[in-house]
Amino acid sequence: MTGPKAARLMPDPHQQPAFKIVAREDFSDATYLLEIHHPLMARAAKPGQFVIVMSHEHGERIPLTIADFDRVKGTITLVVQAVGKTTREMQRDCTAGTALYAVVGPMGLPSHIGNARKVVCVGGGLGVAPVFPQARAFKENGAHVIGVVGFRTRNLVFWEDKFRSCCDEFIVCTDDGSAGIRGFVTDGVKLAIQRHPDIGEVVAIGPPVMMKACAAVTRPHNIKTVVSLNPIMVDGTGMCGGCRVKVGGQVRFACVDGPDFDAHQVDFDDLMSRLRRFAREEKAALERWAESCRMKIAPGPLGSPSPAEESEALALPDPFEEAQGG
Amino acid sequence: MAKKKTIRTIPQERTPMREQDPRGRAKNFTEVACGYRLEEALNEAERCLLCPDPACVEGCPVTIDIPGFIRKISAKDFRGAYDIITDTNLLPAICGRVCPQETQCEGVCPVGETLEPVAIGRLERWVGDLAIAEGWSNIPYIEPTGFKIGIVGSGPAGMACAADMAKAGCDVTVYEAFHQPGGVLKYGIPDFRLPNTVIDAEIENLRRLGVRFECNTLVGRLFTIESMIEAMGFHAVFIGTGAGYPALLGIPGDSLNGVLSANELLTRCNLMVAREFPNYDTPVPLGRHVAVIGSGNTAMDAMRVCLRLGAQKVHCIYRRTRAESPARAEETHHAEEEGIEFHWLANPVEILDDGGGNVRGMRCIRMELGEPDESGRRRPVPVAGSEFEFPCDMVVFAIGTQANPIIGQTSKLGLNKRGYLEVDANLATSMAGVFAGGDIVTGAATVIEAMGAGRKAARSMKAYLGIRDTDVVYQAERRGSAGKLFGIDLTERNFARVRL
Repeated sequence: MTGPKAARLMPDPHQQPAFKIVAREDFSDATYLLEIHHPLMARAAKPGQFVIVMSHEHGERIPLTIADFDRVKGTITLVVQAVGKTTREMQRDCTAGTALYAVVGPMGLPSHIGNARKVVCVGGGLGVAPVFPQARAFKENGAHVIGVVGFRTRNLVFWEDKFRSCCDEFIVCTDDGSAGIRGFVTDGVKLAIQRHPDIGEVVAIGPPVMMKACAAVTRPHNIKTVVSLNPIMVDGTGMCGGCRVKVGGQVRFACVDGPDFDAHQVDFDDLMSRLRRFAREEKAALERWAESCRMKIAPGPLGSPSPAEESEALALPDPFEEAQGG
Repeated sequence: MAKKKTIRTIPQERTPMREQDPRGRAKNFTEVACGYRLEEALNEAERCLLCPDPACVEGCPVTIDIPGFIRKISAKDFRGAYDIITDTNLLPAICGRVCPQETQCEGVCPVGETLEPVAIGRLERWVGDLAIAEGWSNIPYIEPTGFKIGIVGSGPAGMACAADMAKAGCDVTVYEAFHQPGGVLKYGIPDFRLPNTVIDAEIENLRRLGVRFECNTLVGRLFTIESMIEAMGFHAVFIGTGAGYPALLGIPGDSLNGVLSANELLTRCNLMVAREFPNYDTPVPLGRHVAVIGSGNTAMDAMRVCLRLGAQKVHCIYRRTRAESPARAEETHHAEEEGIEFHWLANPVEILDDGGGNVRGMRCIRMELGEPDESGRRRPVPVAGSEFEFPCDMVVFAIGTQANPIIGQTSKLGLNKRGYLEVDANLATSMAGVFAGGDIVTGAATVIEAMGAGRKAARSMKAYLGIRDTDVVYQAERRGSAGKLFGIDLTERNFARVRL
């Protein structure tokens, strides 16, 4: 049976509200910021929560942590890294003035902003964005906030001033030493621990391997460490169980029991293995998409990239490649 | 007046429903059961004895006047049949397909004492499908009461409650967390069992009743139940969010890649259309040899989806026997026809790792039935030393659900010890004006039970708000000319009689 004719003929009087992108900023050739008009969400959002976004009707649902919210302007901010098909397509299509097909949230338990007097907020690469609201909340709570951010190299650094403004101390780390200290964020955390023996809490957000390394650094010092996990999700409401993670030997759902968990209890190897669930499909989707873009943009042999470039472009991206490891 | 029918004069054989051939259908997502043709429906309608004190109406959770609509079919007044069904059930095309009729209306049909019972579900579906094909909808002009009703969750419970409250003249808004309304009907039940076009048609009927659907809205987190009552001006709220938290296996290997819940598999495949990957962006894991654990309707759906995605072999692992299997008889039958291999009295012990974090097989143990447990079913107990292994590369678990925690986390509503919402006999929660029903109250159950709960909650809401149905419904059904809207003649202010 075909669908009711009426549904197709009649204009839908209750069309979905458009989730309008009011501003966009590009931090590098892979990382970009989207500011989305959603007054209700801007009012409800708390540090540590995330949204699920669909860029178009045939799109997939991807979880993105809320990097900032402006209750006065009625906007939320997302920082996205173009790694797979969806995020690259969004990088191409999501310009200011366009709209996303679906944005739902704020999801997850808000971060617990405790009464620790000295807090280290660690952001690795893209993780700088989601850890920012927590740093700001700790600062507003009167804590002494030490910011540690890490990037592969200088020109990937973003939000330095914004982040610095809510920190009492600020340590930038780059793999190649082109900005701040040379080293990983773990070196920044070690430095902070050396300077301050009385750190009450560490919040670390970034690629799993970085969060795992941070947990290893703080464990001998017995410093409470919280990480925000971002496993593969579908609904984000606890319904599918795709985002299950192992914490302290128990199975928890990152979407409704998290996304924040005690870093010393998280089984990061399990998380990293589960993040590779769809590696084959992700690669296929990206290849197919890259192919279709090439057909549109550069027909003919002159426009084609050399085989070397091509294989690089099509290599399966590490989801957090840009966000350096710890 | 026709001669009174007796068990001897009616057609003795239950009219079979045509189905797609099992060999071909296991490769496509087109509906398996094709539905009756006109002459088949008329023949089956003849089998109803039109009991004066019908047991089937009592057996129906929403008390459809079953002999009433069947009489109309026999009289070839098909529109009349539709009108009778929609008095109590706005969603006949859905319920005719997914209700477990054998334990409800058909289970108590007196014809069934000697012959096969009347195929009430198939007749209901036939009427529902005809209504969709003809564009019928029963939308009376309704005098607004000024009450504003919020409904949380657009699944069967929410839809049923929304329909009743809209018919009672309330301004109804349904909130849905997903990007499309329909709840489990959309994300859970696959197209070959309940086509999306049918759900969309029924939802469109609700919209014509004036119900607003607000998708992408996670109640509890975007705004709370409390704020709906206190700040957003809702006079009453119904919570029908579903159980929505899959129960886990809790055996070694259950976090390996290739192990997923039936909810995840079905959502990816149905709502997100992963079966058409990469034309749709959502991927779905593809197993060649799939083991599905559990034997309920969800498990049947998951198994049959796997076949259609291209699995070579699909196994069903269930710790009890076929007799205790909770699935609808027709679903088990269909699954069997399509080549699902059932392993009754087997329980998984461990999922085996291929060394790279993926599934390579499963170890199970044989079970036998012992004494009855609290559910009245005989408790399965493991047979010592009966472990066996078999290879598979994907494991889907469909072993029930637990309470979804979001409403509990974000409101002060009373919960029971298992985390479900606590309600009284009228489905009222611990907060004034807030009602709840469906799986979030009872734990996982059926679509029609959820719809029954939605309707019951609507009755309680009306009592709470002081709405008497007779005051508002159908009162001003026929009024003067109102011109045309979207090509619909509004002269009677009664959309119901207008064919689109």
